[in-house]
Amino acid sequence: MTEPTSQAARPTPTDHSATIKASLKRRYRAETRFRWYGRIAIAFGLAAVLVLFVDIISKGHGAFKTTHIAVPVEYDLAQLGVRDLNDNQQLALADWDALFKSGLRELLPDVSGRSARRELYRMVSNGAGYDLKDRLQANPRLANQREQVWLSADDDIDTYFKGLLDGDPYTARVTEQQIEWIDELRSAGQIRTQWNRNFWTRGDSREPEQAGIWGAVMGSLFTLAITFALSFPIGVSAAIYLEEFAPRNRFTDFIEININNLAAVPSIIFGLLGLAIFINFFGVPRSIPILGGLVLTLMTLPTIIITSRAAIKAVPPSIREAALGMGASKHQVVLHHVLPLAMPGMLTGAIIGMAQALGETAPLLMIGMVAFIVDIPQAFTDPATVLPVQIFLWADSPERAFVEKTSAAIMVLLGFLIIMNTTAVWIRKRLERRW
Amino acid sequence: MKNYLLTTAALGAALFTSQAAMARDTIEIVGSSTVYPFATVVAERYGRGSGGATPKIEATGSGGGLKLFCSGVGASFPDITNSSRRIKASEFALCQSNGVSDIIEVQIGFDGIVIANAKGKPALDISRRDLFLALAKQVPSDSGALIDNPYTRWSQINPALPDAAIEVLGPPPTSGTRDAFAELALEGGCKSFPAIAAMKKSDKQAYKTVCHTVREDGVYIEAGENDNLIVQKLEANPSALGIFGFSFLDQNADKVQGSSIEGVEPTFDSIADKSYPVSRPLYFYVKKAHVGVVPGIEGFLAEFTSEKAWGDEGYLAEKGMIPLPRADRFALAAAVASLTAMTGEEPLK
Repeated sequence: MTEPTSQAARPTPTDHSATIKASLKRRYRAETRFRWYGRIAIAFGLAAVLVLFVDIISKGHGAFKTTHIAVPVEYDLAQLGVRDLNDNQQLALADWDALFKSGLRELLPDVSGRSARRELYRMVSNGAGYDLKDRLQANPRLANQREQVWLSADDDIDTYFKGLLDGDPYTARVTEQQIEWIDELRSAGQIRTQWNRNFWTRGDSREPEQAGIWGAVMGSLFTLAITFALSFPIGVSAAIYLEEFAPRNRFTDFIEININNLAAVPSIIFGLLGLAIFINFFGVPRSIPILGGLVLTLMTLPTIIITSRAAIKAVPPSIREAALGMGASKHQVVLHHVLPLAMPGMLTGAIIGMAQALGETAPLLMIGMVAFIVDIPQAFTDPATVLPVQIFLWADSPERAFVEKTSAAIMVLLGFLIIMNTTAVWIRKRLERRW
Repeated sequence: MKNYLLTTAALGAALFTSQAAMARDTIEIVGSSTVYPFATVVAERYGRGSGGATPKIEATGSGGGLKLFCSGVGASFPDITNSSRRIKASEFALCQSNGVSDIIEVQIGFDGIVIANAKGKPALDISRRDLFLALAKQVPSDSGALIDNPYTRWSQINPALPDAAIEVLGPPPTSGTRDAFAELALEGGCKSFPAIAAMKKSDKQAYKTVCHTVREDGVYIEAGENDNLIVQKLEANPSALGIFGFSFLDQNADKVQGSSIEGVEPTFDSIADKSYPVSRPLYFYVKKAHVGVVPGIEGFLAEFTSEKAWGDEGYLAEKGMIPLPRADRFALAAAVASLTAMTGEEPLK
């Protein structure tokens, strides 16, 4: 950092008059001030980003770990009332919760009384019974065997235990008895935090400890695949026609103005358009990635057309003229020379358009993609939701443990955006040609 | 370019021909954002237990949900809608006119609406009359004539209340919570003025306008549908009060406290035995024509009306829903199991 005085004190040739000296001083000072304005602006921007990241990471890092309790489980088929592990009817009726309940009683044998036991059963996740069912179905050899399973703890226990490890436990949702039990389990090494696999492999859930981001990630991928497959070819074709073939007249001017206008239209309008056209007129089912992709295509098309046109404009006319001079047809000039040279710019524009589409929720609200969807979408026609919608839904949930899930989901979304934007910069650096 | 265009055209054509004829194998549920946290739990447990597709649930608000629900019968219309109030006569008529003739009504429990402030400040004890005087657009003056609400401090309304500016954060008019708050809390206080109560008989419309209209001079702040946001704002602004559902109070007991209404604190028990005055019933409505067509509706209904879900110790109670009395639950579960539809004779508003 340069001090203004040290700059002003630079030696100047002695034969200059005092007025020039004075004005020189002033001009140096003005320049220094100007530089500082710039530095302050950058510092402000960086500080805002830093605050955002620190806030999100400090709130969300906890979501990547989750509390588990080691419970002895005996898969007693007779007690479950299951004779055949392939009979879904029997599996659906079985009392799977009984498996971990008896295990918990074994773990803390001196718990008696109905209400105390209920408190005890609440220590592990509501979905633990189903987890055990899935485990048994995947490994039929476990039938009638005993093993120790690390079951995920209930979200309230999880929040308390992680708080305890950080020295600031949240006690409002756990009872004193549960706190005692946790201490007991902790000294026996039967409770620990481990990597939260559920978060990366499951869909949405109303139990925070069972909720995952994978359903939303798949939904986003399917939706963006449709968006890219439609908007890139259409956008590039439109840009090439407008730039290379269309005559310059009032009609093409009118189209150009409209494309620029569409780029600035609030995205919710595209959602309404999608509702009116695709759902009400064509009868496309609500909430599926095809529909989301179609609506986001409408939204990203103007961006792609505008950036593609700019990329085509940047190809020097001399290349076109040389190709024409060698006897190429207009069609060949475009396909063989202009398009390959403009492609990096077009791809950059498309990626930026996709990144924009990835962060959209408003247009999806109207077409039913803001919904509670547990099953992970397997195809373009399965009901799905997308990453920003998942963030919105979790932010709206009453359970305390969803606060960290929300921040963690934001981190995942930011990760995707950073990857996409870095790719765009990389493509530009790598493939761009200067003339 | 030709290839691109061909692919695009083929994709588009395939889309529109195949989609329209497609039948649905996922239950579609829309409706109230208050019932949403409960319906989603049932849907999830039903999906995991049965191994079938998990129902898809959208929170569209009670009114929006009933509008979609009553639009018609067929795969493109929802099967079930949740509502934080009973279906209105006008909505029932809309359903009938669109061919949705048989509707199964299921009341699932109650939700308390709490008026809360940040922990650390003294808990308040407010009456419905105080709330009406604080939040209504027009209030009776000393002479009995209706004037624009002049009150700016709680102590002006009731000397027992603190000398603090009236500042209330609550849901916007599109919310079912707001409707219920106006009906239960504001109208409850409004009726306590004999002159206004008399108006109910003479001019029902004017009575409703006076009792349900919330002031718009910035004292009542619309804080959006997100109840979590209201809780956070209360933390940041301890002198304000907030209006939201009981389940949010239940989850954030370390940050906010519920005000007593006419001496009754909002607790699980006081809402269940109806001594807490600001509580409302929660419903969902099922299209009978879709039962048996869309797979799984019967199973979902059985899960929702089972004791392990909506019972006194069921998992919905754990999520903050207040269960119906035991006898009512059993009667309703039997009616739902036999798919008893609404007759149209119910006293709807």
